[in-house]
Amino acid sequence: MDLIFNIGQEGRKLSLLPGCDVETVSISDGLRRNNPPKLPQLSENEISRHYTKLAERTHGVNNGFYPLGSCTMKYNPKVNEETASLEGFAGIHPLQKESTVQGCLEVTHKISQYLCEITGMDSFTMQPAAGAHGEFTGLLLIKAYHVDRGDMNRKKIIVPDSAHGTNPASAAMCGFDIVSIPSSDDGCVDIEALREAVGYDTAGLMLTNPNTLGIFDKNITEITKIVHEAGGLCYYDGANLNAVMGIVRPGDMGFDCVHVNIHKTFSTPHGGGGPGSGPVGCKALLAPYLPGTQVSLDENRDCHYTASEKSTGAVKQFHGNFLVNVRALTYLLTLGREGIPEASSNAVLNANYMRVKLADTFDIAYPGTCMHEFVMSLENFKKETGCSALDVAKGLLDYGMHPPTMYFPLIVHEALMIEPTETEPKEVLDRCIEALKEIHAKAHEDPEHLKGAPHNTVIGRPDEVTAARNPILCFSREV
Amino acid sequence: MGSYIPNTEKERMEMLAEIGYENFEDLFSDIPGDVKFKGFLDLPAGISEMEVIRRMKSIASKNIVFHKIFRGAGSYNHYIPSIVKSVTSKEEFLTAYTPYQAEISQGLLQSIFEFQTMICELTGMDVANASHYDGATAAAEATVMCKDRRHETVYISESVNPSVIQVMETYCFANDTKLIKIPVKEGITDINALRKALTDDEKAACLYVQHPNFFGNFEEVEALGEEIHNAGGKFIMGVNPITLALIKSPAECGADIAVGDGQPLGIPMSYGGPYVGFMATTSKLMRKLPGRIVGETKDAQGRTAYVLTLQAREQHIRREKAGSNICSNQDLCALTASVYMAAMGASGLQHVAELNMSKAHYLRNELDKIGFKALYDKEFFNEFVTSSPVESSKLMDTLEAKGILGGLPLSENHILWCATEMNTKEDMDELVSVCNDAIYGKEGK
Repeated sequence: MDLIFNIGQEGRKLSLLPGCDVETVSISDGLRRNNPPKLPQLSENEISRHYTKLAERTHGVNNGFYPLGSCTMKYNPKVNEETASLEGFAGIHPLQKESTVQGCLEVTHKISQYLCEITGMDSFTMQPAAGAHGEFTGLLLIKAYHVDRGDMNRKKIIVPDSAHGTNPASAAMCGFDIVSIPSSDDGCVDIEALREAVGYDTAGLMLTNPNTLGIFDKNITEITKIVHEAGGLCYYDGANLNAVMGIVRPGDMGFDCVHVNIHKTFSTPHGGGGPGSGPVGCKALLAPYLPGTQVSLDENRDCHYTASEKSTGAVKQFHGNFLVNVRALTYLLTLGREGIPEASSNAVLNANYMRVKLADTFDIAYPGTCMHEFVMSLENFKKETGCSALDVAKGLLDYGMHPPTMYFPLIVHEALMIEPTETEPKEVLDRCIEALKEIHAKAHEDPEHLKGAPHNTVIGRPDEVTAARNPILCFSREV
Repeated sequence: MGSYIPNTEKERMEMLAEIGYENFEDLFSDIPGDVKFKGFLDLPAGISEMEVIRRMKSIASKNIVFHKIFRGAGSYNHYIPSIVKSVTSKEEFLTAYTPYQAEISQGLLQSIFEFQTMICELTGMDVANASHYDGATAAAEATVMCKDRRHETVYISESVNPSVIQVMETYCFANDTKLIKIPVKEGITDINALRKALTDDEKAACLYVQHPNFFGNFEEVEALGEEIHNAGGKFIMGVNPITLALIKSPAECGADIAVGDGQPLGIPMSYGGPYVGFMATTSKLMRKLPGRIVGETKDAQGRTAYVLTLQAREQHIRREKAGSNICSNQDLCALTASVYMAAMGASGLQHVAELNMSKAHYLRNELDKIGFKALYDKEFFNEFVTSSPVESSKLMDTLEAKGILGGLPLSENHILWCATEMNTKEDMDELVSVCNDAIYGKEGK
């Protein structure tokens, strides 16, 4: 279909703004731009149709199943959009005086309090914008803590080899050296390897539990103890929090700080890649270093900004992705104390239902009860058919489903990671199970057909190699 | 209690039984008993949709919504065309994630490709990424692109928005970077001070300047760019996208990287977020650009296709060797900005920019007449600093009582004002009259 730059005509425009009611002032010659930017020239109708067509060529949770492991693509309730659109939130300037933004402060205070309860932490900053940004913030706290104590040797962050790619990248952004430790045969932290890795130079450990294989690490309290005894701190990657809300809390497992993916666990839309929100919580020992402002209540229940003298400053301008947090508060209030744990239990039920039903056809990378997601290995399948995990993923596209996460975690070969979430009805899970089994069977009969999948989408597999080798990154310009 | 779980209690029990579990407890038997959470979370009981809307409306009503706004400082009150909200509410855009599967994400990918193109048009740069968290983090991450073993020091002008400087300081603390602040002279970066600071530094990485700066003044960007280039560093410009319809693009000014916040492009003030950062650079620095990038290619049948590309830069491939950990973009906000730019078009954007500039000049003149003297004599866009004949915080309270959000007090006797296309002459005259009354009383000047 046409790019927006290829439609419209010279001179077409919308009538959006009135003329100028004061004397017109022009930019001086020295500053003036000679070639104005070439933006589209369209009528409103053309804009509307263009984006309707683009929407038709986009698959969201609203279009169909989206079991993208590690991303928690749950349904995004519409009421959240309604509350986030309220003028009383969307129309507020971030630098208004405290007394005029009591509602915004109440949102921030309430959600911080609820997140503290769910994660077992003492304080939260709502400033980080995304999961990776939260990781960066958490590590910043760890760094500030060691520096403040004059413990300058603590330069190393331990990260298991099953970790999200953002973990080592976040640690590097905070100036840490990364020590990668192998997983044991059961996919969990190798306790002996951890013991060997810790020492006087350990700044901390980054861990997801349940881990990226969807397995809950039973040794968790021992793991955090080993790190603490070496003088390090423990960071909880909250990417998988949807498995354990109200069931087990990072704070009780021995973690000192945590980030939460609001856009995963608390049902706010992913928006095609963002905006998300990645607030960071911590135990009291790290609270003085939190960036951004926190909110406290006085005896009249009026809200006030507070910031510690030792604060690490700001990781983002203003108060974080506030409207995303408004959506999350709406969700938390809706589900409440019973609904939150119920969401987790059912996320785990749906994942186990799919795991067990698929186990007769596919190899489950690590057998046993999983949490909210599980990983299949298609290594043997590939040997039998010549078809890869990628081929199976592409095959699913023809069934109108978004494929699972591919080739992650790195420690499983030909991995497909499935996370159905709790908001999918049983029929949808059954249809996906059937589709995967059908693809499996057909691959044995006619592998070439699967290698050519998808067949029913608007394009076939794109040539990614050429895209990277000869990058065309904007219209009519080649780099 | 509200719930979004479709399966009924009966279905859940059937599913459990079908896969060999007796109850939900069994699913969590791997979690050691001593670490398990016992009892109920201390959260309020769940409520219905009707109740939740009522609750949230009641919380929102505790905020004061101003309709006459003369405050900017990084968040601007602009007109948002109706088409913008209509497009960005489309559920496909709202509920998709990062377009990993190109075949079912062509719409999303194309919209990002169009966004990148528009940002390249505005900035004049060769390549843009799919967006960043906000302008401040884009600025902070741009400095990382300029650093290597021989280029370590980051320079920033003190005329940059203080909240951006604060983010820059935090990032520099994190990655052990030396950050040097260049003082302001007469409302713009002191170029002599910059030259002096650069003289003894053989490891200058980059200079970050905001244009127009925090005080609303246009900087002498070309000269500043030359200074940092002579010292072997890169020149990063922070820009307001609306101004780029009028003023020379960062590329024309010699910038190596252009960043900014896209909030003025159709994104509501929203108490500060979500906004969107944009980031564009030269083809030379393309492979150092962080974040998602969409490229054009073909499928096997020769059909045009868009894909996430240059992924070898990214954290999921390079892990600890990646320059950035960013793995998402602010796509919905980038889409908002794209639709805004499409709706405005080049002439519309120019009109917005001219309205802003004209209104700000009118307001400055009118304020000047009653004793709010302009602090700087530089060319400015839609913000300017004046003295305040009365205590600025008290003046703000007076304005607040009249439903006006005044400028941002920089101190008890300085105010940073902002005017946009949203401020009518009538509103500005009212503001000036209220200010006048505050100084001289009802009968005054």
